Amino acid sequence: MKIVVLVKHVPDAQFDRHLTGPGNTTDRDESILSELDEYALEAALQLSEARGGAKAGNEVIALTMGPAGAVNAVKKSLQIGASSGAHLSDDALAGSDAAATSLALAAAIRYLGADSPVDLVLTGMASTDGETSLVPAQLAERLGLPQVTFASFLEVDGERIVARRDGDAHADTVEATLPALVSVTDQINEPRYPNFKGILAAKKKKITALTLADIGVDAAQVGAAGSLTAVETAEARPPRTAGTIITDEGDAGIKLVDFLAAQKLL
Amino acid sequence: MAKALVFIDNPGAALKKSSLELLTIARSLGEAAVAVNGELRDDVVGALGANGASAVYRPSATDLDDYLVAPKAAYLAAAVEASGAGTVLLENTADGKDIAARLGVKLTAGVITDVVGVDADGTAHKSVLAGSYTTTAKARTAVAVLTVKPNSVDVEAPAAAATPEVVTIDVPADATANAARVTGRAQKPVSGRPELTEARIVVAGGRGVDGNFEPLEELADALGGALGASRAATDAGWIGHDYQVGQTGKTVSPQLYISAGISGAIQQKAGMQTSKVIVAINKDAESPIFEIADFGIIGDLFKVVPQATEEIKKRRG
Repeated sequence: MKIVVLVKHVPDAQFDRHLTGPGNTTDRDESILSELDEYALEAALQLSEARGGAKAGNEVIALTMGPAGAVNAVKKSLQIGASSGAHLSDDALAGSDAAATSLALAAAIRYLGADSPVDLVLTGMASTDGETSLVPAQLAERLGLPQVTFASFLEVDGERIVARRDGDAHADTVEATLPALVSVTDQINEPRYPNFKGILAAKKKKITALTLADIGVDAAQVGAAGSLTAVETAEARPPRTAGTIITDEGDAGIKLVDFLAAQKLL
Repeated sequence: MAKALVFIDNPGAALKKSSLELLTIARSLGEAAVAVNGELRDDVVGALGANGASAVYRPSATDLDDYLVAPKAAYLAAAVEASGAGTVLLENTADGKDIAARLGVKLTAGVITDVVGVDADGTAHKSVLAGSYTTTAKARTAVAVLTVKPNSVDVEAPAAAATPEVVTIDVPADATANAARVTGRAQKPVSGRPELTEARIVVAGGRGVDGNFEPLEELADALGGALGASRAATDAGWIGHDYQVGQTGKTVSPQLYISAGISGAIQQKAGMQTSKVIVAINKDAESPIFEIADFGIIGDLFKVVPQATEEIKKRRG
């Protein structure tokens, strides 16, 4: 089985995050592998291992798109267990919105499937920076693949995929056949951590560097120029400040109701 | 005149508040039209007209719910073309965003998600990076696709009702070709409380509730609010994942958020810090939640919460 997992290098949400520059794009200092992508990688590794792993010819390729530093998301994925990596990087990609990103990633996935077809594209449910969750569905549309998004359970039996998609009103069982695109939620598994052996093994794994020319995409189709949306203004919200803090002396519940009444919230 | 098309998936017997909100926005952008999927009752057509819809589109196929989003996007693309709409408005749900995403590719249209306001010129307002920035964004294309969060506008009635023309749109023959099939559907129990993302008041519990959400449920019911939870509480299995507020759960922005036994790590804050008023109850005075609380109580939630519930009931007689 040949699986491509999309991984994104995103600003660490533990720190303050900022929008910068004329395009109001995300400042990528202090970045890490997007937490939500770890679930997709874990799902890929479990599928590969259940089929005998790399020894049996299964492949898990971690693909990222982004500036030089984004390769760290691929390196981390290799340490966790991906078999190889690919890093699409080109100055013209800067400022890409979801449409431009999905266009470039679709071309990169086609490139990775040129020698042997890709059976499954796995992604997280959203990036933890842009958070639009548009890219998985747009990739399915562009690649003509069945789309199984927001899967909280996934089973692949031969060519048949069975997944569960939890909505507010109902939980659906969804079926599709390979090749397909699946995005997974944080409910699907417990991602593993890289171990010492994995960290050493990662150094020998191959990372393919890709440019727009390699994947046959014109610079005008991507980046700020090729994006279909523009962020026109960005304003930092003033940080919330602490209000009144009291210690319960036996009547805090009543004081709470006094506060709600004063705020006209009762 | 500019036209805005609202997508309503399975309108059912009566229009939901979120649909009326989308119609209110559509009218502020120009002429409003609606594309529905699923059963379309005559009285619903009437209600859509009363809310200013000049046309109602429906698909030629009745089996779109048997597939995951793809054929709905194909149908909606055809409806956009038939209507000549310049803006498409959808709910900001998982399905709404997935349909919007595919529609964007089909029509080469810019898609903006998590919208909380739309100006008359189509500029969309949203909150990003866990509420730390507010941005405005605009589609650079002939058609703009916006997914709008609930409670973004006050529902208004139009100056004049319309008598909508009902038009059937042919669903493209290949719409279901590569679509995943929905083969089973389990309805979830209905709580009777307001929907979490739409509620005016949310009462949420975390690790500190130690498996017992009962006091919080009673407070939520006394206030007519929704129940929420932190990831620690849902991961512990004390309450369903549907209740999770946070980065990987739901983002809420109610008038009042009462946080009990939640430390307030970034994962939780990301989902609730745009709430109007935040009340926090926690035993640990060092909890980060107190940094963003308008009213904080250092104390035992099992004493404070029931006392507050009793006091509310008493004051209401």
